[in-house]
Amino acid sequence: MVTQDAQSVAATTGTGPEGTGTTAGSQAAERKVRIVRVSPEGAATLLGAALGALALVWVLYERVLPFSGVLGFWLCWYVAFLLLYAGMARIQWDRRDVVNKATTVGLATAGILVLLVVVGTDLYTLVRGAPAVFHVSFFTQSLAFAGPDSPLDIGGVAHAAVGTLEQIFLGTLLAVPLAVTTAVFLSEVGGALARPVRIIVEAMTALPDIIAGLFVYALFILTLGLQKSGLAAALAIAVTMLPIIARASEVVLRLVPGTLREASLALGSSQWRTVWNVVLPTARPGLATAIVLGMARGIGETAPVLVVSGLTKEFNFNPLSGPQVSLPLFIYNYAHIEGVTQQYVARAFGAGVALVVVVLVLFWIARRLGGSTPGELTRQQRRRLARQGART
Amino acid sequence: MAVALTPGPPSAPSDDRPRKIVASVSRGDRIFRFGLRAAGLTVLIITGLILIFLLLRSFTALHAVGFRFFTTQSWFISTNQFGIAALLSLTVLIALIALVIAIPVGVATALFISEYAPPRLRRSLIALIDLMAAIPSIIIALFGLYFVMPRILGFDAWLSHHLGFIPVFHFRLANFPGNYASSTFIAGVVVSVMVIPIITSLSRQVFSQAPQGEREAAYALGSTKWGMIRTVVLPYGRAGVIGASMLGLGRALGETIAVSFILSPIFIFNYHVLESGGNSVTFMIATHLLQAGSKEISALMLAGLVLFAMTLGINTIAAIIINRSRSGATASAD
Repeated sequence: MVTQDAQSVAATTGTGPEGTGTTAGSQAAERKVRIVRVSPEGAATLLGAALGALALVWVLYERVLPFSGVLGFWLCWYVAFLLLYAGMARIQWDRRDVVNKATTVGLATAGILVLLVVVGTDLYTLVRGAPAVFHVSFFTQSLAFAGPDSPLDIGGVAHAAVGTLEQIFLGTLLAVPLAVTTAVFLSEVGGALARPVRIIVEAMTALPDIIAGLFVYALFILTLGLQKSGLAAALAIAVTMLPIIARASEVVLRLVPGTLREASLALGSSQWRTVWNVVLPTARPGLATAIVLGMARGIGETAPVLVVSGLTKEFNFNPLSGPQVSLPLFIYNYAHIEGVTQQYVARAFGAGVALVVVVLVLFWIARRLGGSTPGELTRQQRRRLARQGART
Repeated sequence: MAVALTPGPPSAPSDDRPRKIVASVSRGDRIFRFGLRAAGLTVLIITGLILIFLLLRSFTALHAVGFRFFTTQSWFISTNQFGIAALLSLTVLIALIALVIAIPVGVATALFISEYAPPRLRRSLIALIDLMAAIPSIIIALFGLYFVMPRILGFDAWLSHHLGFIPVFHFRLANFPGNYASSTFIAGVVVSVMVIPIITSLSRQVFSQAPQGEREAAYALGSTKWGMIRTVVLPYGRAGVIGASMLGLGRALGETIAVSFILSPIFIFNYHVLESGGNSVTFMIATHLLQAGSKEISALMLAGLVLFAMTLGINTIAAIIINRSRSGATASAD
């Protein structure tokens, strides 16, 4: 459900109400009217309310009333801030304006809160994990010779990284063909079958992730009698990735202009040729984004692999047999389950750093690959085209 | 019909019926479409397989306790005293707490992104929400256990002191920080972090599709920005927000890792959300499956099946609502 945001941006930018204010000045002499969004009075009112609330709440909360707690303090501060701001605004503007301004502030707060949470979770992991990451052994060794209290320069998470890489590779291999074919089916063929498939795919994107693990456990281990292995984990990851990639890909495919399809069909090519030579190449960056984002989601999945991959402290390069640990499972185990020692928690946070970095890199790749509507070029591509044009 | 197919002179107006268009599909295309249909069908089959396998594996438990499984509030496998009454209600409680936080924050963020943020910032904010959805749940669980939990205890105490007259916030244990830890409330707060991106990104898409003409009409009538949002954007996006919230509910019900990091298990339903101890279906599966005997495995499969059926139902309704709110607005894009 995520990639389509990127596509819809292009459609929505510029259609905001602020676009309506620009005058239709075709002559260069006419000056474009700039709508000032931040007035000095507005900014001063905001700042004044924030500082006033801080002072007031500090006096009341810390000195007068018997309250305590950091979170409670900031909640009270926020309430006081909103009240003060509304009051100060009421002195200057009429009621409608005050409501407008107060809601603006409220909505902006939500945006800031979300920003803080995202940055906070990642930064916290990076900071807590830093001690473990700055050891060479962290990247080269397994945990085979490290006990609960071993110093951090013995043992590492290399075995879990191997497991993660192999499992995500296998999982992607299993999920992508089916996911993209399903997406092509939904966008190109349609029909009576498409509706239930689309709804089930959408419903599956938010399915409990542990159910995938439970399913593979029931199928692989209980029914087929196989052992826990990296392959079982990859299968579970594939089940969770499948709907995510399928849904994102379908959105991308539907953005391919219908005129391109019609042009191809009008030239006499079959539907199969049209899809293969026109639709898929046009949507390639978007599809790549969908797949990479799906990988980013799959790589962090813990619950599905929890019950099917088994746990080991040693290297296991063979995903087909024997338990194989992955980074999320490593964190799960050492941050929480096994007698939590200082070292284990530090290692878990170190693995968290590795995981966060991998997800961020995948995310960055996804943004670089596509993120815009099909046919729209990135800044670099435009520059390259311009250079080529200048040369000829 | 035969008359209509032969293009004669347009003399008789009664024959002026639209021609029936017969698209000839080549053999290659027929195979191609068949393959695509098979792929679509496979997705349905996988969903069906999940249901079937969970059902097959849960027969033992179903046979042992029957319908009592849904009403029993304990987990004693050997004496056949097990059920998911407490587990399921506690799961729902966690999900509700998560939604109470996530819906206002998510919808407000969506409005901010689609209506207030300048285009440049909007792009980055959308990327930020995507990133939030991509943060592994294990990282959020770490953050919740080691960062949020120690810091939220004071707030818990504050809530129970000053809002304790509300039954939900009532606190019956001794006022000792440890008694506030591992509570349903904290689990709900952490789970809300995972629900917010779902609600935000889906609502934002619906909000941004609110018709431009109606927005301008609202402005032309002298509305402020908030007035426009209240009268145009929010009514237009209502169905989308409901669908997004339901999808968020499905996600919250199924969250495993963060919940199992934070909770300490109890087996009796407790609606005093600030008190230590909680449980969920996913928590039981994650912590018990690996050490379970065959009967307990079966019981856990049954619990998983109930959860799966429940979330699949909720998500399907949500998906239908979202698709309906989306259709018509745009035919080609989302």
